[in-house]
Amino acid sequence: MIALSDYLTVAALLFGLSMAGIFINRKNVIILLMCIELMLLAVNINFVAFSHYLGDSAGQVFVFFILTVAAAEAAIGLAILVVLFRNRRSINVDDLDTLKG
Amino acid sequence: MSFEQILFYLFSGVLVLSAGAVITVRNPVHAAMFLVLCFVTTSALWLLLEAEFLAITLVLVYVGAVMVLFLFVVMMLDINLARMREGFARYLPIGGIVAATAVGIMGLAVGRINFGLDVWPAPPARAADYSNTRELGEQLYTTYVYPFEIASVVLLVAIVAAIALTLRTRPGTRYQKIEEQVVVKKSDRLRVVQLESEGRK
Amino acid sequence: MESIYNLGLLIVLAPLAGAIVAGLFGGTIGRKGAHSVTTLGVAISFVLSAVVFKQVVIDKVGILNQTVYTWLVSEGIRFEVGFLIDQLTAMMMVVVTFVSLMVHIYTIGYMSHDEENWPAGSRAGTNSYQRFFSYISLFTFSMLVLVMANNFMQLFFGWEAVGLVSYLLIGFWSTRESAVYANLKAFLVNRVGDFGFLLGIGAVLMTFNSLDYSAVFSTAELHKNLTFSIFPGSEWNMMTVIGILLFIGAMGKSAQVPLHVWLPDSMEGPTPISALIHAATMVTAGIFMVARMSPLYELSETALSFILIIGAITALFMGLLGLIQNDIKRVVAYSTLSQLGYMTVALGASAYAAGVFHLMTHAFFKALLFLGAGSVIIAMHHDQDMRNMGGLRKYMPITWITSLIGSLALIGTPFFAGFYSKDSIIMAVGESSIPGSGFAFAAVLAGVFITALYSFRMYFMVFHGKERMDHHTREHLHETPWVVTLPLVLLAIPSVVIGAIFVMDMPFGNFFGEAIYVAAEHDVLATVGESIHGWWGMALHGFLTPAFWLAAGGVFTAWMLHRKGLDIAVVMKERFGFVYKILDNKYWADEIYAKLFAAGGRGLGNGLWKVGDVALIDGLMVNGSARVVGVLSGITRRLQTGYLYHYAFAMIVGLLALFSLFIFR
Repeated sequence: MIALSDYLTVAALLFGLSMAGIFINRKNVIILLMCIELMLLAVNINFVAFSHYLGDSAGQVFVFFILTVAAAEAAIGLAILVVLFRNRRSINVDDLDTLKG
Repeated sequence: MSFEQILFYLFSGVLVLSAGAVITVRNPVHAAMFLVLCFVTTSALWLLLEAEFLAITLVLVYVGAVMVLFLFVVMMLDINLARMREGFARYLPIGGIVAATAVGIMGLAVGRINFGLDVWPAPPARAADYSNTRELGEQLYTTYVYPFEIASVVLLVAIVAAIALTLRTRPGTRYQKIEEQVVVKKSDRLRVVQLESEGRK
Repeated sequence: MESIYNLGLLIVLAPLAGAIVAGLFGGTIGRKGAHSVTTLGVAISFVLSAVVFKQVVIDKVGILNQTVYTWLVSEGIRFEVGFLIDQLTAMMMVVVTFVSLMVHIYTIGYMSHDEENWPAGSRAGTNSYQRFFSYISLFTFSMLVLVMANNFMQLFFGWEAVGLVSYLLIGFWSTRESAVYANLKAFLVNRVGDFGFLLGIGAVLMTFNSLDYSAVFSTAELHKNLTFSIFPGSEWNMMTVIGILLFIGAMGKSAQVPLHVWLPDSMEGPTPISALIHAATMVTAGIFMVARMSPLYELSETALSFILIIGAITALFMGLLGLIQNDIKRVVAYSTLSQLGYMTVALGASAYAAGVFHLMTHAFFKALLFLGAGSVIIAMHHDQDMRNMGGLRKYMPITWITSLIGSLALIGTPFFAGFYSKDSIIMAVGESSIPGSGFAFAAVLAGVFITALYSFRMYFMVFHGKERMDHHTREHLHETPWVVTLPLVLLAIPSVVIGAIFVMDMPFGNFFGEAIYVAAEHDVLATVGESIHGWWGMALHGFLTPAFWLAAGGVFTAWMLHRKGLDIAVVMKERFGFVYKILDNKYWADEIYAKLFAAGGRGLGNGLWKVGDVALIDGLMVNGSARVVGVLSGITRRLQTGYLYHYAFAMIVGLLALFSLFIFR
């Protein structure tokens, strides 16, 4: 039998990997967005696993909403990326330091 | 080792490996493709967890829509890959350390001591005629109807925002101005000219 | 009583009305109007003062002590305007108004060509004649307020008001730089004294919880042994503290060492005010005040001793300075300082009555001398240097005679007014047993010789000997007009007779009644009075005293030097260069003050400016706080790199911290 801890461990690994991805791909906004998607996926795995083991479908409803918001986020994030590239001819994070104090 | 466990370890392994590939491969297109693989294997894991509706939704929405959008953007933008990779090796150790720490701490929390089978026994399998879609649908349209409506508004806002962000008017482009066409009056277009009548010769 | 009250009001307000009319409407009423209205006001004051004098002193109708107006009442302390008219006040009123009236008349002549003293077309010189009359009338008002006060607040008001008018008058010729310096100096030095005076009034208020004379004096005995800790661990007798503080005020106003420096410089003002303010009346306010406070001073032998020593120093050393002056007005000024020292010595020896008696006689003969000097100055076309005079007695006989009378009165020739007052002071000091009285006795005796020497040096230089003035001046030498000589004559009469009239009453009799209180063990005048038998006897006995022979020696020395054509200033310069240098530099008092207080004050101000203001407030607090914010924000802005991954890193580290907190808690 597969234990709940197995699913949670997979999700933790996925989360850790995406976190490392944010660090090592610090220049590329597209990869960063992908890493964020991975993080959300890890969270979703947790929700679905808990939902299954608790026998409560509320967790799946949450996943549904998270998917919705994630889709919206991806759409807007990519739109911003496109506008950014149009203005700066680059999506290099190093060039985006307007906020620097 | 049961068939289910074999499936679980297979898909989990593919998921972790492809996630590792997403963050390490050089080409963003390849990274996007590995991300697609991640989503697919995750949906397989969700099937093991008897969440059929979400598994299908994940494939349809993410693989079918979001990832296509990613690929579209990646290919559309002219990205200098060499610059993008700068500092990759330099930040690998610190990224690894942070990630390992996070995983270690989370592993402590979610290990078998807290969430093992003896603590959380596996629920019995659902009956063959159980419909996950019906169950979710009942929940969404009764208990969670307001959040559901709000989620739809969020999506609408996202659509409008994405269009508003990327919309640009190019000079020289001809547009149809519908509002002007609608409010147009006769006097705007028609000029009545009084002409001297030519006398009969 | 009621009549005296009404008279008192009229006496005070008549000069004020004159001052207001002449001051505010001077341009409209013209010169004649201005001097008429002010002289009339002061004349009314004088006549009514004489009436009050007759009622209070001769008819003995009693003492008026009445509140005119209550300004405010705060915590039971009443701030009032009120009259205390007793024998002391009545005498002062007569002296003040009489001398003031003489000066008013004299001023008509002295200032008649005042426009010559101003630069052509100067706006400050417009209507200066009327303004001058307004000021001297205002002075008369202020002085009357001072002497008629029945409480400390009004005393202080009068005290400051006369100081203000004195300031205005010293700097009357405000286009002259030296006059402006002199009035500033007078004002600042008086401020030092006034500070002590104000502290003294504060101490009175603290001790007695009242500002009213009668309330304070009647309970003074109860507070005799009260002590007061100025610094922790040093206990002072309260009466000594009050006495010395009030006397510091008197030192400023009456120009006692070391606050004397302003009086010689005040001679920059027009001569009539030198006579009125800086000889006869205002400078004696300190003497009057101490006499008025006699019930307080009698309780502190320390304060009396302090007064005695200060007075003795002033009497002797300021007289010495008079020896070498060549400016006719400055000689008289140093003589005034010296005579004020005599009065102060009398106060210190508890011979208040003798001090006030000398105040009165001195007011007449010193005003006479000043006005005589002014008359000479007019004749000499405002040349004040005695080395350019000589032989003037032929040209101006009235001035000559009256000045001779004034000088004889000043040096204490028997039968003249100054003899009676000065001799009673010398005898009283001789009897006194207060610490310092031995030194004071020696100082006043030596002062007699000095006084005679410089007085007659001046007299011989001005009225006898060779005519040293230039040809042009000599041709125009003539006696001054009657408005100048009339006051001289009118002042010469009391300078001769006033001493003989009052000597048996004032110092040795019971003239002042309750107004002056002397403790039995201090009552030196009573001891002296036992050996005095009438004015005639005193004068005859005067020929046998050392004081007379010292004075005669002084006159003789002056005459010998004059005959040989020598000037003591020149002789001293040649023979005793060192002594001359000390005297010529006036004991370096001005230099010491300039170095110590002026430079010290500037140094302190500079230090406070540089350290306190620039470094501490500006540098540390204002700019410092800004700089701290700047440094802090400089550090903070390092945190805000603007790079996405730094923010992400921070978030992740925070997330890890939360994880750890959650798991390892």
